[in-house]
Amino acid sequence: MMHKLAKDDIQSDILGQIERVSGEELNKCYQCGNCTGSCPVSFAMEIPPTKTIRMLQLGRVDDVLKANSMWLCVSCLQCYSRCPKAVSAANLFEALRQLSLRKGESHEEIKDLPFPFLKGAPQQAIVSGFRKFVS
Amino acid sequence: MARIGVFICQCGKNIESTVDTKKVADEMAELPGVVYSCNYRFMCSAPGQEDVKKAIKKHKLDGVVVAACSPHMHEKTFRRACEAAGVNPYKCEMANIREQCSWVHHDTTKKAGTAKSIDITRMTIERLKKNKPLKKISIPVNKRALVIGGGIAGIQAALDIAEGGREVILVEREPSIGGNMARLSETFPTMDCSQCILTPKMVEAELHDNIKLYTWSEVEKVDGYIGNFTVQIRKKARYVDEELCTGCGDCLVKCPFKAPSEFEMGLATRKVIYTPFPQAVPNIPVIDAARCPKIQKGKCGICEKVCGPGAIDYEQTDQIVTEEVGAIVVATGYQVMPTARFGEYGAGKIKDVITGLHFERLASSAGPTGGEIRRPSDDKVPDSVVFIQCSGSRDEAKGVAYCSKICCMYTAKHTMLYKHKVPDGQAYVFYMDIRAGGKRYEEFTRRAIEKEGAMYLRGRVSRVYERDGKVIVQGADTLSGDQIEIEAEMVVLASAVVSRTGADQLAQKLGISYDRYKFFNEYHPKLKPVETVTGGIFLAGTCMGPMDIPDAVSMGSAVAGKVLGLFSAEEMAREPITASVNTMICNACWDCVVACPYTAIEKEEVRNKKGEIVRVNAKVNDGLCQGCGVCVAACRSKAIDLAGYTDEQVYAAISVF
Amino acid sequence: MKLTYYPGCTLNTVAKQFDASAKKSALELGFEMDELSEWNCCGASFPLTPDNIMGLSAPTKVLAQARKAGDTVMTLCSVCYNVLKRTNKVIRDDTDRRDVVCGFIEEDYDGSIDVLHFLEVLRDRVGFEKVKEAVKRPLEGLKAGAYYGCMLLRPFEDMGIDNCEDPTIFEDLLKALGCEPVGFPNKIECCGSHLALGKDNEEIVTKLSGNVMQSAAGSGAELIVTSCPLCQYNLDGAQEKLEASMPGYRPVPIVYFTQILGLSLGQSETELGLDTSRWDARPLLKEKGI
Repeated sequence: MMHKLAKDDIQSDILGQIERVSGEELNKCYQCGNCTGSCPVSFAMEIPPTKTIRMLQLGRVDDVLKANSMWLCVSCLQCYSRCPKAVSAANLFEALRQLSLRKGESHEEIKDLPFPFLKGAPQQAIVSGFRKFVS
Repeated sequence: MARIGVFICQCGKNIESTVDTKKVADEMAELPGVVYSCNYRFMCSAPGQEDVKKAIKKHKLDGVVVAACSPHMHEKTFRRACEAAGVNPYKCEMANIREQCSWVHHDTTKKAGTAKSIDITRMTIERLKKNKPLKKISIPVNKRALVIGGGIAGIQAALDIAEGGREVILVEREPSIGGNMARLSETFPTMDCSQCILTPKMVEAELHDNIKLYTWSEVEKVDGYIGNFTVQIRKKARYVDEELCTGCGDCLVKCPFKAPSEFEMGLATRKVIYTPFPQAVPNIPVIDAARCPKIQKGKCGICEKVCGPGAIDYEQTDQIVTEEVGAIVVATGYQVMPTARFGEYGAGKIKDVITGLHFERLASSAGPTGGEIRRPSDDKVPDSVVFIQCSGSRDEAKGVAYCSKICCMYTAKHTMLYKHKVPDGQAYVFYMDIRAGGKRYEEFTRRAIEKEGAMYLRGRVSRVYERDGKVIVQGADTLSGDQIEIEAEMVVLASAVVSRTGADQLAQKLGISYDRYKFFNEYHPKLKPVETVTGGIFLAGTCMGPMDIPDAVSMGSAVAGKVLGLFSAEEMAREPITASVNTMICNACWDCVVACPYTAIEKEEVRNKKGEIVRVNAKVNDGLCQGCGVCVAACRSKAIDLAGYTDEQVYAAISVF
Repeated sequence: MKLTYYPGCTLNTVAKQFDASAKKSALELGFEMDELSEWNCCGASFPLTPDNIMGLSAPTKVLAQARKAGDTVMTLCSVCYNVLKRTNKVIRDDTDRRDVVCGFIEEDYDGSIDVLHFLEVLRDRVGFEKVKEAVKRPLEGLKAGAYYGCMLLRPFEDMGIDNCEDPTIFEDLLKALGCEPVGFPNKIECCGSHLALGKDNEEIVTKLSGNVMQSAAGSGAELIVTSCPLCQYNLDGAQEKLEASMPGYRPVPIVYFTQILGLSLGQSETELGLDTSRWDARPLLKEKGI
């Protein structure tokens, strides 16, 4: 697949916004792959963490937002903990989620949640789940 | 009245783009004492210098101001030109209108740059008016060199200086010279055996008439200055008389006690009386006093009994020897980041996770496995080995932002050695970039991949742990984008090259500087790569940063050239920028004595004819004074002045405002 | 010694046995857990994006309340500990965010409290040696797997309770109680956390928690000790799936470390709620003669 790259992709406002919201500098990442290697969920991600950061560096925000990756990030911080450049992929995923949630687009609807789950699960799961998935 | 010539340089566009040099020249021409002023494209060029000389003659100049770059760049150039034209070189001053003016201005209207250049040049002119003609100081040079560190860089430097006909003192901390190179199996990219090419040089160093070897010794104290250093060396107690020992090795065989071998980095044991390896130079053992029951508790004494020549001496103590030298070469080498630093790779607790230097020992025919690749935990020949490049290197989280430079190459070499010794085995290499800049280096790494079947995976390993007798390596292959898990039987970390423990203390003894990683600083990264800022002290090899053998050897030879150059004249001339004390004002508070970093100031007693002390005052030793000016600042009674930087000159410069 | 205690939501509901066993054990070890008179939910997740200031308000409110009661606040739940400790650091070090948050919640708070985990109190204030001396019923022969999860440890520079890659605080405690602690490779890996809430994530959570359980079982753990109710929930759920799908898989009890602590201090199994865990720990304890 050919991807056309122009300076507007790299210098886009949305990248600036992602950096500001996440507190991370995309260009610090040198693509070593440690986050993907560490990530317990990367096996299920359509775009694993390292590649997500690469695509963000290239300005491919739409592709990244379409992928399931950000909704699968468990915020376990293994990526950040082992990053030689102290970049937090978890913070970037959180920023991407926020980008979507702040537009009022929820990933999960409360009404769809299974009742037995709501009954048995620890409260903390429900609260943190809402924070991650519901706008 | 002074007759000063002012020369304003455009430095191509470097100065001219933000400074109107013509205007500066015109304004300078109006100043009292200035009889000639001009601007030119490149003052430092041959025609530029020629113009200075011609102007000196034509206008009978007695002083010259060149407004151009930093005096670090071309002060010498113009002082030489002035001297050639008959003006005392210290009557030539540089006004720095480039680094301190044009380069920091961006205003292409040239307004600010021009105004500041005028100020800087005027200050220099007023300063110059107070300059006194000075004469270079000549000092004697002791034509013997000290080389600290007997690795390949130090050996090469010592041999080349010795071949040049000068005496060398070679000091090595370990019982044998050879350094890390003695540990290596084969060397990239030619795959020649490290021992085979190193040991002849070690023997040559031992036998050379001009080389005096102190092994098991450390530099204790360094005094003096270029051409005239006094060095105290601690010869640690060996408990073996070096004169009597024949190197027969009977003591090593009979000694009943064992300890982990430092040379084999714990992969094997040695005796408590030992030589680090069979080809050690000198072939004289050392007793590990801390572990020797005879020395600790007075029990055993077997080595003494079996020693034919009676060379064992349990009563030996450390000795301090003093050597006078004119130059010092620092070649103290490197060490690698230990596996314990890698929490994510098992923190040194997984036996089959080793460093590249350990692998060298496994692959070495003289090593603990006789050259067979056997893993440390159970001696099994591993059917798969994972090599992890950039272990600790380029890892700011571990405090090492730099590239260790040699790992890409030696890892490729390791995969080949492994493949040759274990043909069915599989080598995996995790890498971030392959850095193979060097003659026949790229071809070498490609050979590992194309011909020797090493599987290269672009990514960093996140985690290494044990499971069912295997070493599980979890990482990523960023080219496919996937997470990778490999069940390996051994893991080799291409562990970061780091400075020697204690490098900072040595630097402090020598008065040389070091960077945040405690690698020693060269004077200039490009133009003075083997010098330090301290005159007479030079660097060779990995003590200044990671490098491979060819680079270390080149540096060793380069440094020898520098040392021999320094030794080529009976006396050396040095800058007359030294402090002097006005004894009439000095009130003998000795603040300067305390402040001087070079111990160049002493207390002087002045006596009358009857021998009674009539006055005490400070006195500066010209030979030791480096002209730093600390004493000038420390002196409360303003009794000290620094030639070339007198108070009078400084006040004159300030007076233009 | 009296320590201000913040239980958090889960410890007042589905993890009551965690709370009760801790309180009783504390008294036996010579300190009192003084529950905050008024508290709210900590938010259950530290806002990873620094611009999410709203997410800091709930935990800051908790911290401000606790500060009025003293200079430390102790938690039991790993998530509460993580959220409170990280929030406290932000409030202490970032005056801009502090001003906004404290202005919003109308509290005057500067981050000057120490956030402690019960484990830290045992290690640093009581001392594991003292704990060992207090043990009435040594849990000899019990192979207890120490499961840390994420929130207790990471990020290291904020949490700092123990080494991130090879923590030992759990094992050290278990050793003091007479257990045979089992550290296993996946002891610091994630259980699946809040993904449990997502409707399509069941497989992923099962895989993550399953990996933890298999790693623990492979290292010989007969029981898992945790400090997080969500970890317990996910691990229990995964074990149900493993039991159904993997012939020969034997689920093991997942208990809170305070339950094991209480047991060794002589509290009864029912009092500790050991009978309420998804997989009953009692037969195992009986087998071990405890």
